[in-house]
This record gives sequence, C-alpha cells and structure tokens, in this order.
Amino acid sequence: MSTPIRPAPAPRTPRPAAGGLHRFANPGQFLRLTERLLPWLWGLAGLVLAAGAAWALAFSPPDWQQGETVRIMYVHVPMAWLAMGGYAGLAITSLMGLIWRHPLADLAARELSPVGAMVTALCLATGSLWGRPMWGTWWAWDARMTSVLILFFLWVGHAALVRAFDDEERGARAGAILALIGAVNLPVIKWSVDWFNTLHQSASVTRAAAPGMHVDILYPLLTCAIGFTLAFAALVVARTRAAVMEKRLRQLQLAQARSHDTRPHA
Amino acid sequence: MSLTRKQRRIWIVLLAGLGLGTATALTLTAFQDNLVFFLAPSDIASRNPGPERAFRLGGLVESGSLARGETPEGKPEARFRVTDGPVTIPVTYVGVLPDLFREGQGVVALGKLGRDGQFRASEVLARHDETYMPPEVADALKRSGHWDPAKGAPPPAATWNTLAPKPEKQGG
Repeated sequence: MSTPIRPAPAPRTPRPAAGGLHRFANPGQFLRLTERLLPWLWGLAGLVLAAGAAWALAFSPPDWQQGETVRIMYVHVPMAWLAMGGYAGLAITSLMGLIWRHPLADLAARELSPVGAMVTALCLATGSLWGRPMWGTWWAWDARMTSVLILFFLWVGHAALVRAFDDEERGARAGAILALIGAVNLPVIKWSVDWFNTLHQSASVTRAAAPGMHVDILYPLLTCAIGFTLAFAALVVARTRAAVMEKRLRQLQLAQARSHDTRPHA
Repeated sequence: MSLTRKQRRIWIVLLAGLGLGTATALTLTAFQDNLVFFLAPSDIASRNPGPERAFRLGGLVESGSLARGETPEGKPEARFRVTDGPVTIPVTYVGVLPDLFREGQGVVALGKLGRDGQFRASEVLARHDETYMPPEVADALKRSGHWDPAKGAPPPAATWNTLAPKPEKQGG
C-alpha cells in the first residue's frame, strides 16, 4: 500500500433527508456502529453455539423411535428457519432499496444472498441425510421439499443477478425485484405441509398448539437456533462492512484516477 | 393529485405485490388437488386411478395388520393394510422397509392397485409425525395407558411435552 487509505474521511454518498431510521442506514454510521457491535456478535454467537452444540449432541435425549438420528434436527431446523427468515430479510432490504433507493440496503441485499444460499443448501443436504434412514429416501418431490428447492434457486439467482450488471445500481434494482417476487414462496413453504399432503411432516414448534416436542429436545433446539442466527447475522454484517469499505476504496481510486486525468497533458 | 417519486414507487410495489399474491393464491387453489404427493385410501374410489396406473397411497399402517415373511427367492416381504379411517387397502411389498416403519405410523407406498384390490408397492416410505419425545417419556405414556403407538398419534403435546419421567425405574 503506497498511500494509506482510511475509510473515515472518504467521500460520503449523498444521504437522503436524514431523520428517524435513516440515521442508522447511513453507511458511515453503519461502519462506526458495527465496528463496536461485531466482536460482541461473534463472541456471543460462538458462546451460544458451543453451549447449544454440547447440549444438543451430548446432553439431550435421543428420540424414542428415531434414536440418535434425531440430532440432525439441531442443524436442519435452524438452517430451514434461517433460510426463510434470511429471505424475509432480503425482501425487506430489497423493498428499502427499491423505494428509498438506499445504497446500504442494496449492499446488504447483495451480501445476504450468498449466505442465504449456503444455509438453504445446508438445510436441503441435512434433510436429505435425515430422510434416507428415516423415510427411506434421499429426496421426494413433495410440496415442502420442492418449494425449499425453489427457495435455494431464488437465493442463488439473486446472488448471480446482482453481480451480472456492470452498473451496480441496475443489478441491485433487478435483484430487488427478483427478491420481492420470490417472497411469495415464503408462505408457500411455511404452509405447504398443511395445504397439500406431503411426505414431510407438519410443524412441531411454530404452530398454534403446544410444541410437539419434549422440552428436553426443544430447548437445545432453540439454543442452537439462536446460536446459528447470531452467527448468520455476524457473517452478513461482516460481509456488508467489507462491501461498504470496498465501495469507498473504489470511489477513492476513481477520484484519484480522475485527478490524474485532468492534469494537463503537455 | 400529485405523488412524489417515492410515493409512486411505494404504490407500484404495493399493487404489484397485491397482483402477484392474488395470482399465486389463485394458482395454488386451482392446483391444490393436483399437488398431492399421495392419495388417501378414501380418495381412490373417487379418483379411480385404474389398475395400470402407478400412484402413491398414503395413510396409517393399521394396527395388527403387519405380517413379515419371505419370498421363495429369500427376499423380505411385508403385508400390511393402509387405512385412513373409513377405507382400508391391503398392501404387499417386497423389499426392505425403512427404519421408521411400524404399525400406527404414517406410510406412503408407490405402486399399482390390482383388480383383486391388492396394492402392490414397489417403494415404501415412512412418514414421521411432528412429535419428538425421549424414550423414557414414550415409555411412561405407554405404561400409563395414555398411548398405544400402534393405534395412532400420541395424545396432545401439552399433556407430555414437559413431563419429567422418573429415570432408571423400568417396569416399576
């Protein structure tokens, strides 16, 4: 590095009329806030995940008929929740990017989708590994599994689409529209097991009646879910921070190149 | 009536969302009957898939109906009945049953319904219900007579999901 570039005095993107929540959406404010927040987020995620993993793998009981195989659930279910919750987050950031044209929302959406694709892939993979010994098949084209596969394609499609344009803003616009259209899939996934008859069983935890899970299995599951959610959030925040800094760096380099260009050629 | 550009974008997104939501809801309602993964025994009379058509039959394995045997070639063979209450269909299957298969458990069998009323399955998948419980809790429910797994689903979860079974007291 020949010239030390600090992110702090970088040229600010013109901010929309400041007020209310827009204060937190300001990229500079975001960097300052998350710089202090991120280590805590990582630490807490590690702590909760370690406790959750120990509880789930060593101290929770097996299921009376699935035996030890039930422990796949402690990864599968949090990944499924994150795949859908993360997509709801993508829809919200897309909405903010589309309506308020906020550059930070565009960046967050862009950095969210690879992580979302990863958790959805893990959900599908663990589900497949679980389905083989229990149901007797790796895969079935029932409504639940098919709609989650579509969710995976939406995540991957979004990640590819926003990066497919030379003009970042056009990419973000196209990605936001795709993300919002894809959001109709979320209720379909959630209620697929109630609307259609499927191989996949219906919800055990997120239902109106009492959870169909004994607390000795439910509590470690919730702990793992919180741990994975914190890790997911930390990963997305870290990626978004890097994207903000990358963007500033590019702007600086661009400004530098421009100032060289305008020098009189003699 | 003048809208700012932001307001206009909000309205466009709202209207597009409304249109898309309605279209999806209508499509799903229209396809609801075709998006079934399996037919229940009572659906078969009305749908009548015909003897040559392969389809999936889904229901509960009837209590006391399971007989395991062997074919002359030494392959495992299972005979059981699949029921959804009003209608029961006998099933034969040659092959290895999944771990979760038992009487009272949900099952999805792919095969053809013969003219003799026998369903010949080429693939049998077990369906899991949405309950998870430690072995001790299941044993306690069975011992106390609140639940016979072969007869169907466990009692409402609120009655057992915080149950603390007395450890290490088998048959006490």
